[in-house]
Amino acid sequence: MNKFVIAVYVENKFGVLTRVTSMFTRRGFNIDALTVGETESPEYSRITICLSGDGYAKEQLINQLRKLFNVKKVEVLEENEAIKRELALVKIKNNKETRGDVLSAVEVYRAKVIDYTLDEMCVEITGDPSKIDAFIKLMIPYGIIEMCRTGIVALERGSGTLLSKNTATGVIKTR
Amino acid sequence: MKLTGAEIIIRTLIEQGTTDVFGYPGGQVINIYDALYKYQDEINHILTAHEQGAAHAADGYSRATGKVGVCIATSGPGATNLVTGIATAMLDSIPMVAITGNVPCSLIGKDSFQEIDITGITLPITKHNYFVNKIEDLADSIREAFQIAKSGRPGPVLVDVPKDVQVATYEYEPQPAVPKIPLPKADEESIDEAVKLINESKRPYIYIGGGAAGLGMGQEIINFAEKIDACIGCTFMGLSAVPDNCDRFLGMQGMHGHFASSMAQKEADLIIGVGVRFSDRATGNVAKFAKTTKIIQLDPDFAEINKNVNVDLGIIADVRDAFLRIAEKCDARKNISWEKAVMELKEKEEAIAQRAAQMAGDRMTPKMIFDVINENKLPHTIITTDVGQHQMWAAQYSKFDTTRRFVSSGGLGTMGFGLGAAMGALVATNDPTILITGDGSFGMNLNELATAVTYNIPVVIVLMNNGVLGMVRQWQNLFFQKRFSNTVLQRRTDFVKLAEAFGAVGMKADTIDQFEDAFKKAITLGRPVVIDTLIDKDEFVLPMLPPGGSIDDIIVKIEEDKK
Repeated sequence: MNKFVIAVYVENKFGVLTRVTSMFTRRGFNIDALTVGETESPEYSRITICLSGDGYAKEQLINQLRKLFNVKKVEVLEENEAIKRELALVKIKNNKETRGDVLSAVEVYRAKVIDYTLDEMCVEITGDPSKIDAFIKLMIPYGIIEMCRTGIVALERGSGTLLSKNTATGVIKTR
Repeated sequence: MKLTGAEIIIRTLIEQGTTDVFGYPGGQVINIYDALYKYQDEINHILTAHEQGAAHAADGYSRATGKVGVCIATSGPGATNLVTGIATAMLDSIPMVAITGNVPCSLIGKDSFQEIDITGITLPITKHNYFVNKIEDLADSIREAFQIAKSGRPGPVLVDVPKDVQVATYEYEPQPAVPKIPLPKADEESIDEAVKLINESKRPYIYIGGGAAGLGMGQEIINFAEKIDACIGCTFMGLSAVPDNCDRFLGMQGMHGHFASSMAQKEADLIIGVGVRFSDRATGNVAKFAKTTKIIQLDPDFAEINKNVNVDLGIIADVRDAFLRIAEKCDARKNISWEKAVMELKEKEEAIAQRAAQMAGDRMTPKMIFDVINENKLPHTIITTDVGQHQMWAAQYSKFDTTRRFVSSGGLGTMGFGLGAAMGALVATNDPTILITGDGSFGMNLNELATAVTYNIPVVIVLMNNGVLGMVRQWQNLFFQKRFSNTVLQRRTDFVKLAEAFGAVGMKADTIDQFEDAFKKAITLGRPVVIDTLIDKDEFVLPMLPPGGSIDDIIVKIEEDKK
């Protein structure tokens, strides 16, 4: 099982997100995370999908996405070519015994305390998903009260854009 | 000129070349029906007994001609009644446009009377769909629907139009029928790659599916088979693409395919797939399918390459263009040992058939019924079917003289498909049309007999009546120790009287002679006819690949004690 990040440009129209997610359900794709938001062009929205699976799942997901009429572009963002970011808000128990440790971790991880009461503190952390995973794992013993993650957003490095990229079509060779 | 939305809908249909539509009126399409009344000289509407029948009729219309079939239904239950028909078209890649009315925009989302989110419901069973909430988008949405329906891999498109949009007025300018969106042409490198694989092969098997049938590529395929000395087999959906008088054609392969066709596919060293998707019914156990055989797949849909089986070369392009270029570049040659091997398979198949015929004794077997039909049917006859054993027998035994002559629900396997589809096919072509059905399937949508009588659509219905749900019974026979749970139809229906009650002609056949007389008469009457044809409840569809089995597990005969 590998993890893939797939970026999708879709028409910014009513119901398009449903078309995309409905296809996942119907085809049995297991999605780890999905984010959607505005892009540089008001005509398009950008969906970023994280998927765990084998090469077959990746190929099928891309091909099935391409078939949808409101989908303009689908590309896999390769691990070493993409910048990925995610944001998490983590509400952690606050007490005298652990406060110091939590605050040091917050500092080391370059996170930010954005709410603070006598019995909880809320931390905002941004970064690569693996950094967030590590921070969350570290916080578990201190007591996570509640948390939420945005799912990742990702862009390719360099001056190129997804829309201008040529998509290979035509021949597929396997076996 | 300014027209109402309802008029724009009908005018756009006319401009796109639609001459016949199937449908059923209702509260939220009254305006569309008013426009149909106004334009009745230019567009013919057929009122079915049920919206499902309208959807199947539009589908059959399309299958028989390649034109985009059109059906209309009102909001709510009218729209949901189309669902099975739309899904049927989707699974077999049939171009169709369904138009539904909906409640006015101001009532949308309020659970209003007969309001249903039909674009939501049909999301996974349409190629695309539209909810048109602005009249300025109406004509273009319908045009796009036609374009999407017929381009690339075809499929159904639904356009949902709220009532206020039908009532509003807007500028309308007629436009020419939209062309298909052209597919990219295959690059020369991939053509060469295919040619290399073909030239290297010694036992080529050309494997044609619904995609090849839809493109009417029969003659090109025969020419190519002659050139490289290949045999031809087809999927269920590929039936009638190549006429049966071609001696290279071995018929359908797969779960209930012809012995020779399935075995030749197994023994081939190269499968050249044209518009096939390697469905589970065609491949049997995919883990064992064509393990040592090379596969080339030509298809317009990139998601079909490597979906069900891994191929050695997948070409996603304009299929006809790629095929013709490959055919042109390949070396002409003879494969004598392959010819001989295929001949032996055909002889073996013939021997199996003769043994089965001897064992049959006096009873009227399905094979005999199809022999009579094949011998007596008129030129260009269209065979439509419902779903079940009769469908597989029709697929195995029917002979076709030209393309688009087999109309049957392959992918979805919709019982109740046949009568609506047969009417659609007949209305579209005016060619003689036979419906092969069973008592189970016929019971699902026989209400459409009323439609056939009203419009005098002279479908000849061969009702293979065995009093059971035969296909499920066959499985219960073979794999469930004869526990016939709910497959014995203890009905008392008199199908002759039933036909007469609808105003059709009813006939009965107990023996093959009676059937022959009835059939010969039925095809001359020019009226809808039901021939109640009694067959044994324990006839089997053979050959059969058992569930999960591969071609190595093919069952060609059932021992008497298993029956």
